[in-house]
Amino acid sequence: MKWETVIGLEVHTQLATKSKIFSGSSTAFGAAPNTQASAVDIALPGVLPVLNKGAVECAIKFGLAIGANLNRINVFDRKNYFYPDLPKGYQISQLAKPIVEGGALKIVVDGAEKTVNLTRAHMEEDAGKSLHEDFHGMTGIDLNRAGTPLLEIVSEPEMRSSAEAVAYARALHTLVTWIGICDGNMQEGSFRVDANVSVRPVGQKEFGTRREIKNLNSFKFLQQAIDYEVRWQIETLEDGGRIEQATVLFDPDTGETRMMRSKEDAHDYRYFPDPDLLPVKLDEPWIEAVRAALPELPAAMQARFQNDYGVSVYDAAVLTGSRALADYFEAAAQACGQGKLAANWVMGELSAALNKAELDIAQSPVSATQLGTLIARIQDGTLSGKLAKQVFEGLWEGAGEVDAIIEARGLKQMSDSGELEKIVDEVLAANPKSVEEFRAGKEKAFNALVGQVMKASRGKANPAQVNELLKSKLQ
Amino acid sequence: MRQALSPDDVKRIARLARIETSDAEAQATQAQLNTIFDLIATMQAVDTRGIAPMAHAQEVYQRLRDDAVTETDRHAAFQAIAPAVENGLYLVPKVIE
Amino acid sequence: MPDTTLSALAAQLAGKQISSRELAQQYLDRIAALNSSINAFITVDAEKTLAEAAAADALIAAGNAGPLTGVPIAHKDIFCTDGWLTTCGSKMLHNFVAPYDAHVIQRFKAAGMPSLGKTNMDEFAMGSSNETSHFGPVKNPWNPAYVPGGSSGGAAACVAARMAPAATGTDTGGSIRQPAALCGITGLKPTYGLVSRYGMIAFASSLDQAGPMAPSAEDCALLLNVMTGFDPKDSTSLEREKEDYARNLDQPLTGLRVGLPREFFAEGLNNEVAAAVETAVAELKKLGATTVEISLTNSKLAIPVYYVLAPAEASSNLSRFDGVRYGYRAPDYASLDDMYCKTRAQGFGAEVKRRILIGAYVLSHGYYDAYYLQAQKIRRLIADDFNEAFKVCDVILGPTAPGTAFKLGEKSDDPVEMYLNDLYTIPANLAGLPGMSLPCGLDSKGLPIGLQLVGNYFSEAKMLNVAHQYQRATDWHARAPEGLK
Repeated sequence: MKWETVIGLEVHTQLATKSKIFSGSSTAFGAAPNTQASAVDIALPGVLPVLNKGAVECAIKFGLAIGANLNRINVFDRKNYFYPDLPKGYQISQLAKPIVEGGALKIVVDGAEKTVNLTRAHMEEDAGKSLHEDFHGMTGIDLNRAGTPLLEIVSEPEMRSSAEAVAYARALHTLVTWIGICDGNMQEGSFRVDANVSVRPVGQKEFGTRREIKNLNSFKFLQQAIDYEVRWQIETLEDGGRIEQATVLFDPDTGETRMMRSKEDAHDYRYFPDPDLLPVKLDEPWIEAVRAALPELPAAMQARFQNDYGVSVYDAAVLTGSRALADYFEAAAQACGQGKLAANWVMGELSAALNKAELDIAQSPVSATQLGTLIARIQDGTLSGKLAKQVFEGLWEGAGEVDAIIEARGLKQMSDSGELEKIVDEVLAANPKSVEEFRAGKEKAFNALVGQVMKASRGKANPAQVNELLKSKLQ
Repeated sequence: MRQALSPDDVKRIARLARIETSDAEAQATQAQLNTIFDLIATMQAVDTRGIAPMAHAQEVYQRLRDDAVTETDRHAAFQAIAPAVENGLYLVPKVIE
Repeated sequence: MPDTTLSALAAQLAGKQISSRELAQQYLDRIAALNSSINAFITVDAEKTLAEAAAADALIAAGNAGPLTGVPIAHKDIFCTDGWLTTCGSKMLHNFVAPYDAHVIQRFKAAGMPSLGKTNMDEFAMGSSNETSHFGPVKNPWNPAYVPGGSSGGAAACVAARMAPAATGTDTGGSIRQPAALCGITGLKPTYGLVSRYGMIAFASSLDQAGPMAPSAEDCALLLNVMTGFDPKDSTSLEREKEDYARNLDQPLTGLRVGLPREFFAEGLNNEVAAAVETAVAELKKLGATTVEISLTNSKLAIPVYYVLAPAEASSNLSRFDGVRYGYRAPDYASLDDMYCKTRAQGFGAEVKRRILIGAYVLSHGYYDAYYLQAQKIRRLIADDFNEAFKVCDVILGPTAPGTAFKLGEKSDDPVEMYLNDLYTIPANLAGLPGMSLPCGLDSKGLPIGLQLVGNYFSEAKMLNVAHQYQRATDWHARAPEGLK
């Protein structure tokens, strides 16, 4: 039987606010345990929540960025359950009237575009952390993270492979960091993915029973977890088994998913509107002000890059992988006036060097203007591609500006035709065999002569000029 | 008409509310809760079609706080009244994931 | 201890006839003498009280006194008070020394009013007799065999016994007004949102409101001036211009339209209470008021609606009491889950557990619409009835409670019988309207009878005006229980 995979993602993004969603505590990562847990965060008797305007603004930005419907009146509910990292015994979330509904995100998989629709996005508070290392057989609770604002972003079950799921997660990651509502740090838990995975026979209309893989904190784990889960579900079904709805955890060490033990009893969250919070109203001037302050979004930029710089769909998607990368590319392209060449350099030489050095685009030792100037020097014939790579190395080492490096290292292409002619004559004189072979009709011999000339010029000759000169001499 | 609560219902909601309840307690509680739910049942016959639920006394909207850090570290004072702490952490019996 | 009003005490302090320390000491002495029999206070800390009084004396000496600076007050043990045991009447918080001040406490501190201690109350404010307190029942000062009402029973009793000149209370379904009525004092529940709930341990968030309890309406007006005001820490606190609630006290009642809801004078009302209330109506007519019969048709549904909404909110509000961060933790348990279940089974009393279960049930899967949503819809019908009524009257008048104080233990085994005590007070909480109770007589057993006024939103000054004029013409509010030594 042929199987089809169905995936929907729920992504918890920590919003990049200074203070928590319902208290004035800092959200900074890495503080000593419970030093950023205020009276409200630890749920002392009598304390009350007051909503952070910054968190709401992040949600508005997101809604606008995905073309969603912003609920002008949205409501906070209480989700009731007991867990030691949940101090109130309920999580303040949004169920019936979330701030964002609908919207869509474009992804590119294997060079093809696909649109993934979103169900909703709602504001809620994060829980604290349980530290399981041994405290005399006890668990330690750190509530610093409790109350950190989250936007939970829920997609429709429209992805059909782990590759699509990863592409969606990446596109979402790009977007939330692009518009500045999340720092995107997956190690620190700023962007956590839950994947709802099911399989069904190809052609079947109804969805299969899904299992939810919780808390995936890297794209690699997302891919591995889904691939394992899909194989497991298909094998289970083909062996005549049944899939039970469940919550599972992915173990990166074994590469397997396993059932969560603590979730054995059916949850009844007893949601109801939080009486301590009033309905949230979004007024039009506010929304319009947020809209006006939004940067150009990745999708718009991709279209513009294809249009203005003639880059491919694929290249445009890669170049808008982050706002910093896109800005870099555009600055370099404008500095040299050569979009395609700039794209090749940014995605080729520069990316390789950055990857090797484990640097981010923002930390690149070569500035966009420098790269643009370098490309311009190729274009005007000063540098060959090979020389350009040497200049790039100089830039990377911080050896100065493009022209200074060319000058200091003598990397200029030979422009003096008299000097070149001298080299050509010497090469022809030293290689009578190649000249003979060429005259006998062997094209390969010509290439060998070009190579000899280039070698003799220590790479500085302009290959086109060498070709031309050799041809005229050999006629 | 309303269905009376069974002792199993009582055990189920006591479990949701994390209140230990013995079978004997569930029996006694069941009887009391049923008299209360008989009282509550009188509102269920009321026709409320078209009536908007009232969650708050005043028709006002949520006030928003500026995004600023206003709290300072008070964990020493807060943990002075905690049942069990170590290294700044609240201790609880082992949590199983 | 002389019967005296807050304004008289303030005048004596301002005139240096007595110091705040001396005054506080007089009340502390009376508390020391009477509390073992009345049990109105859970915590008394003379040292702290006298230190606060000394600070008030310094303010007075420096000429920085406000209208009530130096006048002591007792606080219901529901308000978190920095450095004071704050129990909410529960074993769950038997050891909880609050690390911060409730907004209301901050306001009284800022006004220079020393705290006389923390008053006894029904556990988590759930009760109408003060018998659910973990710290034992409060006795009615008029007759210690009788309950003082609840949940602010300690507050009402300490004022009635003149152990404090005034007290704070909270009212979710009648918890200020009903004990005020049963103890023969004046108590006011303001419009929802006028007094910050920050630091007031939550019972039912959408209904809870703090208010003053004192012998007279004038006292309550002065206390309300201190208690009310916008608090950015409470999302439901209303941003309004500050008003002087005493400004209208002396206005005549000529032309006042008093609405008499026929539902409040129907079956279930004790005859002696009915007669006393009717006498009070006659008194108001003499003062220039007219009466109009009104109908609050849906008010009969107030109790069922309340016993869905309040437990629902409470079941969630009380989830934070889990033995992890503060308060009681069971001594023996086998696992995390067992710790939760035992802590909550042992830390909460029977009535609190009952309400948590009701609340968990009405919110649980499959029941939400039939119970919670239906109750919220009827809540609107009840509020709409009041809106209609206030088109034809300025203030609504009726009994505060269906009867006078009952004997300790008389109703404690029958929750429904107990709940019916709040029949007339709950509608104002559901609508968010201000309500007050004032003494209007004594029954044949010598127990006080309470009269309730319910006003339109933000009409506290008008209600206090009506009550003050009535109290000028009568002396029920000035009577105190005799025989207390």
